[in-house]
Amino acid sequence: MSAFRLAEIPIDGAALGRELASASAGACVSFEGWVRNHNQGKAVQRLAYQAYPALALAEGERILAETAARFAIEQALCVHRVGDLAIGDLAVWVGVSAAHRDAAFAACRHVIDEIKARVPIWKNEFYADGFSGWLHPDGSPVAE
Amino acid sequence: MNYRLLYFASLRDRAGCAAEAVESDAADPRALYAQIAARHRLELAPEKLRVAVNGEFAAWDRVLADGDEIAFLPPVSGG
Repeated sequence: MSAFRLAEIPIDGAALGRELASASAGACVSFEGWVRNHNQGKAVQRLAYQAYPALALAEGERILAETAARFAIEQALCVHRVGDLAIGDLAVWVGVSAAHRDAAFAACRHVIDEIKARVPIWKNEFYADGFSGWLHPDGSPVAE
Repeated sequence: MNYRLLYFASLRDRAGCAAEAVESDAADPRALYAQIAARHRLELAPEKLRVAVNGEFAAWDRVLADGDEIAFLPPVSGG
């Protein structure tokens, strides 16, 4: 199965962690991105992710391959949700296994930073005041 | 030439559709975006967008071919 995946159903982080299991790995670092109930001072009720699947899968795989080349890790996986999510839902999961913890921490951080900056996935936040808005990578609203 | 356009996020909302077929004399994505931005009243400047052609990132001056699938991508916000 591909190392970068899009999911229309809830992500099972524990099951993904087991995919990383290896007798030669001494470290496993995972990151969970959760749906938060506020952004830039506004109350958020829910959100929806939209993706360009063909390009998102290709770019996600590229990021994981670059990460494996740059850091001394064994394996890296990432799953990103698409569709409608509620507060507290798991939106994105990243997991990295490595012989030692330094590389696992650094690679995990690198993957989530690159995913947020490069993969064609868009977040639409729905606010308590009834409005909604698409966001930029830094969390600020798109002008249009 | 005939192109297929894909829209995402704020551009999809503004265009009112996820995809459409267009016939255009635009030879590159820059000219094509100018045409569809005028037609759909898209307000995002090209400098804020990236281009993809046939499922891969592409340059604004890439020479388009008949049947190409083009997407203008707003700033991403996954994660």
